[in-house]
Amino acid sequence: MDTRPVPAGTDAGAPPDPAVAPGTAIRRHGLATRLWHWVNAVAVIVLLGSGLGISNAHPRLYWGQYGANFDTAWAQLPRFPAWITIPAGYNLAISRRWHLFFALVLGFGLLGYMLWGMIGRHFRRDLSLRRRELTPAHLWADVRAHWDFRFHDPARPRDYNVFQKLSYIGVLFVLLPLAILTGIALSPGINAGWPWVLDLLGGRQSARSIHFVAAVAIGVFTVVHLVLVILAGVGNELRSMVTGWWRVPQ
Amino acid sequence: MIARRTILTGGAGLLLAGCDRIVQIPAARRILFAGEEMQRGLHRALVDRAALAPEYTAAQRSPIFRANGTRDPGTPEYGAMVANRFADWRLAVGGLVANPLSLSLADLRALPNRRQITRHDCVEGWSAIGQWTGPMLGNVLKAAGLRDGARYLVFTCADLYGGLPYYESIDLVDAFHPQTILAWALNGHPLDVAHGAPVRLRVERQLGYKHAKYLMRIDAVASLAGIGKGKGGYWEDNVDYDWYAGI
Repeated sequence: MDTRPVPAGTDAGAPPDPAVAPGTAIRRHGLATRLWHWVNAVAVIVLLGSGLGISNAHPRLYWGQYGANFDTAWAQLPRFPAWITIPAGYNLAISRRWHLFFALVLGFGLLGYMLWGMIGRHFRRDLSLRRRELTPAHLWADVRAHWDFRFHDPARPRDYNVFQKLSYIGVLFVLLPLAILTGIALSPGINAGWPWVLDLLGGRQSARSIHFVAAVAIGVFTVVHLVLVILAGVGNELRSMVTGWWRVPQ
Repeated sequence: MIARRTILTGGAGLLLAGCDRIVQIPAARRILFAGEEMQRGLHRALVDRAALAPEYTAAQRSPIFRANGTRDPGTPEYGAMVANRFADWRLAVGGLVANPLSLSLADLRALPNRRQITRHDCVEGWSAIGQWTGPMLGNVLKAAGLRDGARYLVFTCADLYGGLPYYESIDLVDAFHPQTILAWALNGHPLDVAHGAPVRLRVERQLGYKHAKYLMRIDAVASLAGIGKGKGGYWEDNVDYDWYAGI
């Protein structure tokens, strides 16, 4: 196992946490994080599967206020196969039932987690980027560390590395809110009450396009996330997200 | 590690497959379908009941307004109405009303008409923008005088869809909404057969399948039970679409 420090030299001056020798079990994730993680995981998978089912009803994407068969589409999507859609096989009504129920789970789940993360200072403590983390030298060192499958700074193993922070920030504060906002924009009932949402996004068909792009990005995040969990050690990572306890890698 | 990877990716796969089993369980189905009531409740709580759907300029209209669903009822009765340009067509307004009405096209055109350029959103995902002209349903209902206990309006159409009569229903909030009109013209021309001639419903804050075409009757009712299969519309009865289609 490679034990070179992750961001070589860039932590000079910051005292290492003395209580976290390799092999030590530490409490990594709070109860709210674990609860939200699993509720959200189920919601995201159901929303992606049912969303692909909905896409099959009209697999064309447009920009602007309107868009139908006679209008110019910027993307012609493939027909998503039954093994990846909810339900398996085309059923727009049931896809919508799943999608619109779990949209509420996703939306209110994220709202609750956001409030907890801000009031409880979880985001500030664990996700805020420090200036030194964004220097080219540090970023490059972290790229090389990832390349060598080293994801934790042995001096501060509790901390997320900079790419972890950036991707969690991207998903929590950009992609999920964007998917929710663009989803809300597709509702003709909400359009009447909150026309500013449509104005902000440039029309319903633009919102629908952005909704799809955001969903693809969330799907890509999910796949990369799962791959990294496997590379970092499924047992340890999975346990930490269930019980909260995580063992500092050797 | 292979086994662990299988557990992770297999877990997602199982969830997808499990969803199809879950929908078969009556209790789970009820919970899932309750999402519609939650969404409707949220809309009624968050959106002003009189809030208007966005209206557009003439330049923002779709070059071609796609027709969907039934494009020609094709029955002998409907064919005869087309042949004499709907001269004998009458819209019956009945059910729980004080004065049942029988309105001709000329009667509808003589009422104060509303002209609105609105967006039509199909449940499938596409949108088309067009200009609709017609009297407000609310004014017709005031003329008929709703009796106590009337809670829904049921729209009976001239077409059969998949061999079954097409019908739809809305509640009183949408029935008396100013943009809910009985449209007889699209983009300044009398409705053609494909778009629902002679008159279709426009209920602008809901999806396209609620906008019943080829209107023949409007009935005020206390309950949707006993009409069709009891869920308030062709798609709701036969294909599990939401009755509240504001989302």
